[in-house]
Amino acid sequence: MSRYLITIGLETHVQLKTKTKMFCGCSLAFGAEPNTNVCPVCLGYPGALPVMNREAVKLTVMSGLMLGCEISRSSTFDRKNYFYPDMSKDYQISQQARPLCLGGGVTIQLPQGPKRIRINHIHLEEDAAKINHYARFSGVDFNRCGTPLMEIVSEPDMASPEEAMAYLQALRQILVYAGVSDCNLEEGNLRCDVNISVRPEGQEALGTRTEIKNMNTFKGISAALDYEIARQLATVARGGVIVQETRRWDPDLGETQSMRTKENAHDYRYFPEPDLVPVALGSELVEAWRASLPELPSVRRERMMAEYGIPGYDAGVLADAKENADFFEAAARLCGPGQGKTVSNWFMTEIMRLLSETGKTVSQCALTPEALAELVTLVDRRVINGPTAKELLPELFRDGGMPGALVQARGLGQVSDASALEAFVEQALRENAKSVDDFKAGKKAAAGFLVGQVMKLSKGKADPQQVGKLVAEKLAKLA
Amino acid sequence: MNMDVSTLTVCQAADGLRKRDFSSVELTRAVLAEIEKKDAGLNAYLSVDAEGALRQAAAADGARSEGRDGALLGVPVAVKDLINVEGQPCTCASKQLVGYVSPYDATVSARLRKEGAVFAGRTNMDEFAMGSSTEGSAFKVTRNPHDLTRVPGGSSGGSAAAVAGGEAVAALGTDTGGSIRQPASFCGCVGLKPSYGRVSRYGVTAYASSLDQVGPITKNVEDAAVLLQALAGCDPRDGTTLDVPVPDYRAALMGGLKGLRIGLPKEYYIDGADPEVTACVRRAVAGFAAAGAEIVEVSLPHTEYAIAVYYILATAEASANLARFDGVRYGHRTARPESVFDLYAKSRAEGLGTEVKRRIILGTYVLSSGYYDAYYGRAQKVRTLVRQDFVKAFGSCDVLLTPVAPTPAYRIGEACDDPLKMYLGDIFTVPANLAGLCGLSVPCGKTASGLPVGLQILGPPFGEGVILRAAYAYEQEVRS
Amino acid sequence: MSHTIDVAYVAELARLELTPEEKLTFQQQLETIVKYVEKIGELDVSGIEPTLHGQALANVFREDVVVPSLDREGFLANAPERNGFEFKLPKIVEDA
Repeated sequence: MSRYLITIGLETHVQLKTKTKMFCGCSLAFGAEPNTNVCPVCLGYPGALPVMNREAVKLTVMSGLMLGCEISRSSTFDRKNYFYPDMSKDYQISQQARPLCLGGGVTIQLPQGPKRIRINHIHLEEDAAKINHYARFSGVDFNRCGTPLMEIVSEPDMASPEEAMAYLQALRQILVYAGVSDCNLEEGNLRCDVNISVRPEGQEALGTRTEIKNMNTFKGISAALDYEIARQLATVARGGVIVQETRRWDPDLGETQSMRTKENAHDYRYFPEPDLVPVALGSELVEAWRASLPELPSVRRERMMAEYGIPGYDAGVLADAKENADFFEAAARLCGPGQGKTVSNWFMTEIMRLLSETGKTVSQCALTPEALAELVTLVDRRVINGPTAKELLPELFRDGGMPGALVQARGLGQVSDASALEAFVEQALRENAKSVDDFKAGKKAAAGFLVGQVMKLSKGKADPQQVGKLVAEKLAKLA
Repeated sequence: MNMDVSTLTVCQAADGLRKRDFSSVELTRAVLAEIEKKDAGLNAYLSVDAEGALRQAAAADGARSEGRDGALLGVPVAVKDLINVEGQPCTCASKQLVGYVSPYDATVSARLRKEGAVFAGRTNMDEFAMGSSTEGSAFKVTRNPHDLTRVPGGSSGGSAAAVAGGEAVAALGTDTGGSIRQPASFCGCVGLKPSYGRVSRYGVTAYASSLDQVGPITKNVEDAAVLLQALAGCDPRDGTTLDVPVPDYRAALMGGLKGLRIGLPKEYYIDGADPEVTACVRRAVAGFAAAGAEIVEVSLPHTEYAIAVYYILATAEASANLARFDGVRYGHRTARPESVFDLYAKSRAEGLGTEVKRRIILGTYVLSSGYYDAYYGRAQKVRTLVRQDFVKAFGSCDVLLTPVAPTPAYRIGEACDDPLKMYLGDIFTVPANLAGLCGLSVPCGKTASGLPVGLQILGPPFGEGVILRAAYAYEQEVRS
Repeated sequence: MSHTIDVAYVAELARLELTPEEKLTFQQQLETIVKYVEKIGELDVSGIEPTLHGQALANVFREDVVVPSLDREGFLANAPERNGFEFKLPKIVEDA
C-alpha cells in the first residue's frame, strides 16, 4: 500500500482595518443598518468611479514587509469580470498582473522543528456585498461591498492540516501585531480558501486539487481539511479520480460537497483597470513605512527574554498577544531592574486567570500597567505581603485605581514590627500546644501550620518571612 | 424678449442678463418655447423639466439681484442624457434605464449648478454612447436641422441638433471616438473634446473608461471656451483627472494666427473622402496660410490601424462597464426570472439595444481566454504607436488640421445594415481619443446641397488653449 | 488567427440571452469586424510598452476619511424590487 503525500495551499482574505472602503469614502463602522453605508461608487451606479484608499495600500505594504515580501515598484489593478448579485459592478477590482507584494513567508513551529511556509504574493481587492437568504427570496445589503480586502496567497507548502492551522495562526498573529486587521473571524475579518491535493510518494507532479471556499472558522477549516483529505485518499485508494472543482463545506453534515454551478472554471477576462492609475511606491516611502513597523512576535519574544531576564516559555506566552506583551513591558519598565520574572509571574498566573474568567482582553479591563507595577513594588518593599497583594488584584482588575491608595485607606500595610510579631507568635504557640508537641515529636510541617496561625491572628498582615523566622527561632528554643 | 433665442450665444445671453435686457426666467421660457415649437420635428430632446428649469432660472435671477454675476449665471444649458443630474432621469437612450432617477450630480453637473446655469433639458444620443448617427437611440430618431432626412451624427446627435436647430443656447456632449466632434461637424456647430483627464468623468455613464471625455457643443468658439472654463479641473472623485492648472481659456482665444505652426497629416488627406468635404477643408487650410500661419506636412503612419485598435479597446472596456446594467439595483428587470442567471440574461436582452449587444459581445470576445494577447494585449501596444506618432508630429507643429469625417451627414437609415462601414466613418476622430489629445470641430463651409462640413483642429494633451486660439482666429479672421 | 466565434458562448459570458436570429446575424457581422481588426497583426510590436491608461499618471489616492453617505431612499427608490431596506432578488439556489 503506497504512502500518499498531502499538499495544501491557502488563500487568506483579510479585511483591512481602515475607516472607509477601498474605493469610496463610505464608512466601515460595524453593525450599521442595511444599505446605509453606500454611495454611487460601491453601489455600481452609472458614472461611478473608484479612487484608491491610501491607508489600505499602506496596510497591505506593511503586511508585506512584516511577512518578508518584496514590495512591487509599480503595481496595477485589474478588473475581474463575473456576474453575481453581491458584485455591484459585476466585476471586482482586484490585482492579477502586478500585485503589491511578492514572495515572503511565515515560519511555523512544528514538533520536529521549524518549517518555512512560502507566500506567493499579496494583493489588494474589494470585498463583495452580503446576501441574506430568506424562505422565498434573497436580499442584498451593500454595506460590506467595497471593504478593502488583502489576499495572501501561499505556496502549496503545507503537508498536513496541522501545518495549515499553524500557518494560519502564525499569519493571524503577525497581522494583529502589525495592526492591519483585527482578524476577528466572528466579524468576518478573516476568510480562507483552501486548496488540497494528494499524490503517491515518489511522484513529483502534484495531484488534481480541489478548492473549498470562504471558510471562516478555525474549527471549520481544520475539520474540512481532515474530511477532504480523507475523501481524496479514499477515492484514490479505490481507483477513483479526483475532479478539479470547487466544493462547499457543510458544517452540519460534516462533509464537503460538490457545488452544482454552471461553470466551475470562470473566464474572468482580466484586463487592466482603466480608472485606477498605477501605484509606484518609491523606496524612501517604503523604508519609512518599514521603520514604523512593530516587531514580529518572534523578535519580540527574543528581545523580552534578553531585556527582562524572563525565560523563553514566559516570553512566548506574553508575546502571543501583542496587547499582553505591551502591558507586560509597560509594567516591567516601571518596576526597575530584576523584577521581570516577578511581573511575568503576576501576569501569567493571576492576570491571565482573570482575563479568562471574565472573557475580557487586557485593554478592556480596568487594571493598568502602572497599577501592576505599583503592586509589585509594594510587595518588593515589604509594605504589603504577597497574599494581600493577591487579594487586591481582582479589585484593581474590575474597578481600576492604584493599590497604594487602597493600602493607605484600609490600613493594609504589612506588620513588620518585631515586638508586634513576637506577640502574635507567642499567642499562636500558646493556643496551639498540640502543634508545638507535634513539632517536638518530629513533624516539621507543624511549623508551617503555626506560621499560618500567626497570619490569621494578624489578619493576614504579618510579614510571612519574618514570621517564619520567629516561629523557627521560638520552636528551636523549646526543643 | 426681443432677442432671437435660436441664434443667441452663451456670451450674448450672459451679456443680456447682465444688462437686464431680459431675465433668466424670460430667457429660459424662450428656450422652452423653441423646444415646444421645434422638437417634434427634430427629436433632439428626450426629456425637459420645464418647472425645474424655471425654478433654477428664478434662483439665478434672485442671485443676480443680490449682486452675483458669472459667465453662466442664469444661462440654460442642455445635457446629453448620460450625465447624472440629481433628481433627473438618465436613460442613456436605453430601455434598460427607463424610470431611473439620478440620486446624485455628476461633477460636471455640480460645476454648472455652482455657476448658476439652468438645466434646459436632456438630449438624445446613441444608446450608451455607442454609435455615430444617434439612430441607435431606443426612443427617437433625431434629425439634422439642415436636412431633416439626414442624421445629426452621433453619439451626441441630440445636443448638436438642439444647438444647431436653435433649441438650445449650448449643450454638453461626450466624446469617446468622435461623438462630440462628428455631430458638431454634421450639424454646423462647434464641438470640443478636451484632453483625456482635463474634465471629470464622475457621474457620466462610462462607455470606454480610458477614452471618454465630456465637452461643450456650442454656436461659436468663444462659447466653447466659456463652457470649458466651467468644466475643466482636477476632481478628487475621478482618479484619472490630472492636477494641471486651468488657464484662462477666453484669454487664450486672442492669440491670432501669426507664427502658428499648422501640421497637415498626410494620412488624413488621401482619396476616398467626399470631394466637397475635401474642398471645404483645403479652402480652410489655404485661409490659415494666407493669414500668416506656417503650414507643415507631417505623417501619422499608424492612422490606418486606429479604428481596429479603437474597436478592440473601447468594446472591451464597454463590455465590463455595461455589466452593471443587470436589473439588480436599478433599471429594467425581467418579469419572471427563474434563476439569477435568468435574471441577468433576460433583463439585459430585453433592455439593451442591438448595437450595444453587438459591442458587448465583441468586447467580451476580445478579452476572453486565449484571445487576450492577440487582440486586447496587442491593441494596447498599437495604441502606444499611435500616441508616439502624435508626440513626434507635435514636435514640428502646434496644431493639426484635418477633416472631421470623410462625408457630410448621410441619410437616416443609410448606414444601419453594415456596422463596419459605420465604424470606418470614425477614421479621423478616433486617433485623438487613443492618444488623449484635445480636439475640436469648427464649421468650415457647406456642400452644394447645404450640408455643413467641419474642420478638425487637434492639439497636444492639455493644449486646449492653442486649439481654441486657432479656431477663434479661423472663425473671426479667415472664414468668410 | 482565423477561426469562428462561438457567439452563443460569448453571449453567455456576457449574460445576454440572444434569439436564434440574433445569434446568426451577430455571428456574420462579428466575423467581418474581427477579420478587420485583425489587421493589427500586421505590425511589429516587439519592445513596445502597452498603453494601459488615458494619460500617464501614478499614485492618485484618497485619504481614509469618512464621507457621509447619501440617503439610502434615493438608491432604494431605483430598486426594481426591494425587501425593506434590502435589494430583493429571487431565491438564489446556486452558491458563488
